[in-house]
Amino acid sequence: MPATFTRNPVDVERRDTGIGGKPPVDRRPTGGGGDGENWENQPHGRRGPRELLIRYRLGVMFALSGDLMFFVALVSAFFVRQSSGHFDIHDNFIDDWRPLAVPPILWLNTAVLLLSSVTMEMARRQLFHEIDVMEEWLGLGRPAVKRAAPWLIATLMLGLTFLTGQWVAWKQLVAQGYLLTAPDPSSHFFYLITGIHGLHLLLGIVALVAALVGLFTLKKVEFRQIAVDSVAWYWHTMGIFWIFLFVLLVFFQ
Amino acid sequence: MRRGLARVFTTDHRRLGILYLYLALAAVAVGTTLSLLMRFHRVWPNAVLPFFGVITPEDYLALVTMHGTLMIFFVLTTAPQSGFANLVLPEQIGAKGMAFPRVNAIAFWLTVAAFLVLISAAHITAGGAPISGWTSYPPLSALPAAGPGQGLGMDLWLVSIGIFCIAAWLSAVNMLATILGERRAGMTWTRLPMTVWAWLVASILTLLAFAVLLAAVVLLFSDRHFGSSFFIPMNDMIDGRIVGHGDGSPLLWLHLFWFFGHPEVYIAVLPGMGLATSLFANFTRRRVAGYTMMAGMLVAIGLLGLAVWGHHMFVSGMNPYAGTAFAMVTMAIAVPSTVEVIGWLATLWGGGLRLQTPMLFALGFLSFFIVGGLSGPLLAQPALDAYLHNTFFVVAHFHLIMAMAGVFGVFAGVYYWFPLMTGRLMNEALGKVHFWVSLIAAYGTFLPMHFAGLAGEPRHYDRLTGPATNFSRLIPLERGITYSALLLAATQLVFLWNVFMSARRGQAAGVNPWESTTLEWANGTEPCRIERGPYEYELPQGEGGFHPQWEAVAKQE
Repeated sequence: MPATFTRNPVDVERRDTGIGGKPPVDRRPTGGGGDGENWENQPHGRRGPRELLIRYRLGVMFALSGDLMFFVALVSAFFVRQSSGHFDIHDNFIDDWRPLAVPPILWLNTAVLLLSSVTMEMARRQLFHEIDVMEEWLGLGRPAVKRAAPWLIATLMLGLTFLTGQWVAWKQLVAQGYLLTAPDPSSHFFYLITGIHGLHLLLGIVALVAALVGLFTLKKVEFRQIAVDSVAWYWHTMGIFWIFLFVLLVFFQ
Repeated sequence: MRRGLARVFTTDHRRLGILYLYLALAAVAVGTTLSLLMRFHRVWPNAVLPFFGVITPEDYLALVTMHGTLMIFFVLTTAPQSGFANLVLPEQIGAKGMAFPRVNAIAFWLTVAAFLVLISAAHITAGGAPISGWTSYPPLSALPAAGPGQGLGMDLWLVSIGIFCIAAWLSAVNMLATILGERRAGMTWTRLPMTVWAWLVASILTLLAFAVLLAAVVLLFSDRHFGSSFFIPMNDMIDGRIVGHGDGSPLLWLHLFWFFGHPEVYIAVLPGMGLATSLFANFTRRRVAGYTMMAGMLVAIGLLGLAVWGHHMFVSGMNPYAGTAFAMVTMAIAVPSTVEVIGWLATLWGGGLRLQTPMLFALGFLSFFIVGGLSGPLLAQPALDAYLHNTFFVVAHFHLIMAMAGVFGVFAGVYYWFPLMTGRLMNEALGKVHFWVSLIAAYGTFLPMHFAGLAGEPRHYDRLTGPATNFSRLIPLERGITYSALLLAATQLVFLWNVFMSARRGQAAGVNPWESTTLEWANGTEPCRIERGPYEYELPQGEGGFHPQWEAVAKQE
């Protein structure tokens, strides 16, 4: 075994509850940092209750950066394709871009997705009240789970509504004659952009279901927080991406 | 059964690193065989191969495609980055393990899946492997009717690359989360070994570049199967039949691909650069000259590398002023590269060089880096590139710097970290034979290609006889290159023999056989807090001792 670990003064302080207990260290709804993330003074592996959470947040953030680059590439292709054309025999520049009128249901879908982000954030914040750890330890049930689960279910419903709405939009376009396999580039892009975003959202829904299940089955508060927190940031990012893509499709054709 | 499965689908980063190296070994074996077939064919074009027949020009292009794809993706993007980083990165930063071990394992198995799909593209399809090169330019790659192997073979290639992109993304996420979040107390940015800096920059590049490649692959797949025309121009014709119905642009593919493609080659070479710095410090027993500058230059190369992709497109018909801009940035990137080289030379100059095999390969890396790098600024001039583009001059440039410098970096890593993997040392005599013959044979293979390129010999021609008789005077040169290439490939058998023999019967290594300072050699004695820099070797005129990074600084009482 290497060098001995010195007793961390913070640990000593925490164990000394006394009559009446100690009030929560931090009243911020997102959990706060306890004694602050003072890496230098912590023994290895015990850098604070949010060590694992921060690790997962880092991972989610990097993953979403890669995803952002993916969408940036698609959007760049969109702009290049929009201005691509050829010169005909009279030296006129002909391009084949016919702006596609976005089905009006997309506005409704956007509203639904934004609302789902609100419910998602409500769910996420329910997980970070510090008093919950004490209540659970005392055997008073899992209050965070009881509070967060309805919001998660609401987000799930809204997400499914969004995807259904996108599907309806696709059917409306097909009825108007804009198929995926038509030569029209603006309809190609519509299907591509909404399809890929929809695929990401479907993955988000799977993650939501997993988080919901995890909320009831995971034993440690920490893990439940991570599950919901990661899904929340992913969900919000998909919402933000959708706003950009929606504005692109509606205003930049 | 369950334990056997757990052993195969391990999440232990060290075993994953070794698995990545095995995968790279399989890929390099196949890739080298393909390149030897290409070299053989160039000298004896009409030879009848047993079980195959004559290699037609389309077969030659299939060889070119598969060789490039295997080597760049499955050797140079896996071994230096995922292979070695999985082996030693957590230890080097004092972490317990990777941040996301299961994501790490998934990334590896996705890479294996991509490899298998790629191999299947050559073997299970009726048309054979795709012929559009590792760069798969449309419209050749966008139209199944455009050539043999461009049907199902091309689709499988796209699927393979798509899977690889996802694997690379996962791997980069894991590595970045580890480097940023899992460093031990006291492991500040200026105490990181240079290898970690290199893996950091390469991971950021991986994250950004492979996402763009995935988007490009999705768009190409759509062109092939959903009737879109992202890349197929209007009125494109095959055999007199119009197949292009939309105003697509092949130039769009070039932009997307090379936005990925250029950072990719820096991903391939940066880990080798970091390792070279570490090895020079270790084997000269000196501190790294200008550590902050060296780390900063790695970052600068990475950043600038995102802005130079147009230098692959000087003759593509894009706006010539864009060409000027890209030429400027490409010349700018020569500056941090040169600073790195000067830093290495400064670390080496006047040092007592311990010329053990890892050091020899690091010196070989330096040699190839300089020679290969010098032809870069030449190609960065659009006026010169107008002549040299798609000639063997370009082939010489990237083989010297990627294939030889990059691969020598991998060799150096294998020889250096072999004691960590097996507890034994590799045989020094065989190592020296491997080094010298490889060095001389590699220069013999790739230096003459500069002359061939200056004479105007184009790439992708399968032979120099027949219609290409302008270049028939280069046939003796080609023959010499082929003999050198055969020698280069043959000497790798010495390396393989050394690896597998030493793993069983090699000389037992101590805990820290190279007397290194970095933490992967600490073997369980790491402290709770790191207090020393990564390269605290004494200068030669001092006591000759060194302070490993796991040693505590003497406390004042």
